[in-house]
Amino acid sequence: MSAEQSSESMVGRHLLSIADLGAEGLREILEVAEAFGEVERRSVRKVPTLKGKVIASLFFEESTRTRLSFETAAKRLSADVLSLAVASSSVKKGESLRDTVETIEAMGIDAVVLRHRSAGAPHQVARWLTNARVINAGDGSHEHPTQALIDLLTVRQVRAEADGTSSEGTGLRSFEGLEVLIVGDIRHSRVARSQVLAYSLAGARIRICAPGTLLPIGCETWPVEVVHDLDAALRTADVVSLLRMQEERGSGSFVPSLHEFTATFGMTERRARLLKQGAVITHPGPMVRGVEIASSVADDPRCLVRRQVSNGVPVRMAALFLSLSSSSAVRDV
Amino acid sequence: MSETLLIHGGSVVTPTEVRRADVLVVDGVIAAVGEGLEAPDGTRRLDATGCWVGPGLVDLHTHLREPGGEEAETVESGARAAMCGGYTAVVAMPNTTPSTDCAAVVAQVITLGRATSIDVMPSGAITVGREGTHLAPMAEMAALGVTIFTDDGMGVQDAGLMRRAMEYGRGLGVTLAEHCEDESLAAGGCMNEGALSSSLGLVGRPGIAEEAMVARDLLLAERTGCSLHLLHLSTARSIELLTEARARGVVVTAEVAPHHLTLTEDLCATYDTVYKVHPPLRGADDAAALRLALSDGHLDAVATDHAPHPPQAKDRPFDDAAPGMVGLETALALTIEALGGEAADPRAVFRVLSRTPAAIARLRASDERIGGFSAQGGDLAPGEDANLCVVDVSARPVVDPHRLHSRSKNTPYAGRTLLAGVRHTVARGIAIVIDGEAQR
Repeated sequence: MSAEQSSESMVGRHLLSIADLGAEGLREILEVAEAFGEVERRSVRKVPTLKGKVIASLFFEESTRTRLSFETAAKRLSADVLSLAVASSSVKKGESLRDTVETIEAMGIDAVVLRHRSAGAPHQVARWLTNARVINAGDGSHEHPTQALIDLLTVRQVRAEADGTSSEGTGLRSFEGLEVLIVGDIRHSRVARSQVLAYSLAGARIRICAPGTLLPIGCETWPVEVVHDLDAALRTADVVSLLRMQEERGSGSFVPSLHEFTATFGMTERRARLLKQGAVITHPGPMVRGVEIASSVADDPRCLVRRQVSNGVPVRMAALFLSLSSSSAVRDV
Repeated sequence: MSETLLIHGGSVVTPTEVRRADVLVVDGVIAAVGEGLEAPDGTRRLDATGCWVGPGLVDLHTHLREPGGEEAETVESGARAAMCGGYTAVVAMPNTTPSTDCAAVVAQVITLGRATSIDVMPSGAITVGREGTHLAPMAEMAALGVTIFTDDGMGVQDAGLMRRAMEYGRGLGVTLAEHCEDESLAAGGCMNEGALSSSLGLVGRPGIAEEAMVARDLLLAERTGCSLHLLHLSTARSIELLTEARARGVVVTAEVAPHHLTLTEDLCATYDTVYKVHPPLRGADDAAALRLALSDGHLDAVATDHAPHPPQAKDRPFDDAAPGMVGLETALALTIEALGGEAADPRAVFRVLSRTPAAIARLRASDERIGGFSAQGGDLAPGEDANLCVVDVSARPVVDPHRLHSRSKNTPYAGRTLLAGVRHTVARGIAIVIDGEAQR
């Protein structure tokens, strides 16, 4: 698993995987997101950038925050949003994924934001569509690229603030030598896969820690170090990324009980006290308090989950904007 | 209906030699083999210049889908694809709807097969409905000519039931053919398990799911003395288990599918469901081990696992799409490729695609052949049933899914240049494919 082979800018391209970005593409999207974050603080929080564009939001799997975040982002850019409610659509009547997306493309759309319970669905849709761009909003256990971008943006901001500066224009500097510890259900987590690619592109050092059954198969080939002593790893980590147990993907049967998981790999109050000065905790949400994170730790200021949610809109504005732009338009931002 | 044919100018491939010879076919039987044969007036002359002339190919593993799956394939369309691929006999798999698990469905498939130009021998299910719980009536199916029993699509998961099936099958003198994958280890996965499946977020079907059942069935065959055939082996470790068991005297044969010889798991990174198959495409080391085992004779046969699916079964997310690929019209050239390409020994090609599969299915001239099937996999000697395949080894056809004769187009080889083409196919003395064109 590596993001090395790929390229530069994501202007005019799909966003299917973090592997579609090179370090330059990653830097670019963080900077654009930072700029859109500024729009968020204006009194009129809307720009005409994507006026006349139609974005279809296709969520084939339950989601609240990601869907709202993408749709809000599209509206802030003045795009029209076509939202497919899967529960009441022809998908329920047995229509194939290919027919569904081809039908929607025939209505004239510029981009599809796709969430699907099956890994690779966005890649397939990208192949089936003739013109529209595809933004992966989470596919099975594969990837959730914008969530990882949110994590990086948030960590970059927090680290700049700790130094009393602004993160704007800092590129990937704040990730050099950063120690990121990812804990929990990595095997089933699309967020973890995108994080590993993104943090590794940015130059961070990644360690992962999980029960043997929740370590991904073949992770010895990933750009990560597998650690077994969680307490020792917590003492040196700069960023601790917690993940939800993916019960819908059968995670429950991978550990004897959630209670035992919490006792061995949960971010309990005791473990939170092991964190070094300045360390932060990220979580893609939704959190399951009392399982992977103690309730008091979730409310601790070191836990960035709220801030991650706020950063969701500018990151997704950046993804939509870059994907739907031509290179000339981007220079004018 | 019979005609007189002269196949002239080619190189005849017997089990032991390759020599320039013409083949004269009269009344469905090889009448003469030799250089510069004279033919009576009215003889149809088939040019075989530059071609190998061998026995018609025999596929041990064809999904014809009828009854029940006629949108994907029918016995008629599958037989047409087979003859265009050089086959003169196929063993139809029993995962039809209803399953081929009793005399009535066996008789239906035999009847449908008789309306085609080639021999279609149904295999029977080992268990009722292929559900893996009760033995199917194997004796009544064997009485109609079935020699191979399998629950293919799925292995018999219950070891105790498989033992019983082998004890019963041994008494009938039939062969049990196993799709080796322990489903508890395969875990509902959809590609080879490994670093790649993990990065792609796809659940894997590990090699050990196959190997555990291979090991189990080899032990059961050793204990019961039943003849065992292992379907589509896909890993190096399976070959080792097979070789070890053979050395102990276990009566076992094994096949490999063309796609496991020539394709690897990295193709799944596109999430193109045309590459989804069970057992899954493996890594390059496994594919290399399979090619070696085919060359050195540890693997007995190449069988297509021709698995047609309509678009709606494949235009789905990878984990949700139907597994399987069509293969009848590409297997010959891919086998030549796997056996060394232009350096391939034609005797080895016809051994693994015709003579050994015919022996495994008990379709050789010396076999009893209850179902009225003609003799397959012959030595190209006068007096044999004329089932012949003429291979143009200088042809370089490019695979075009839309030109396949199968009703389904799910080939993973679209755009690939093949190292040979079928020039003529003769079944029961009738030229059913001439110059690559189906005649009926």
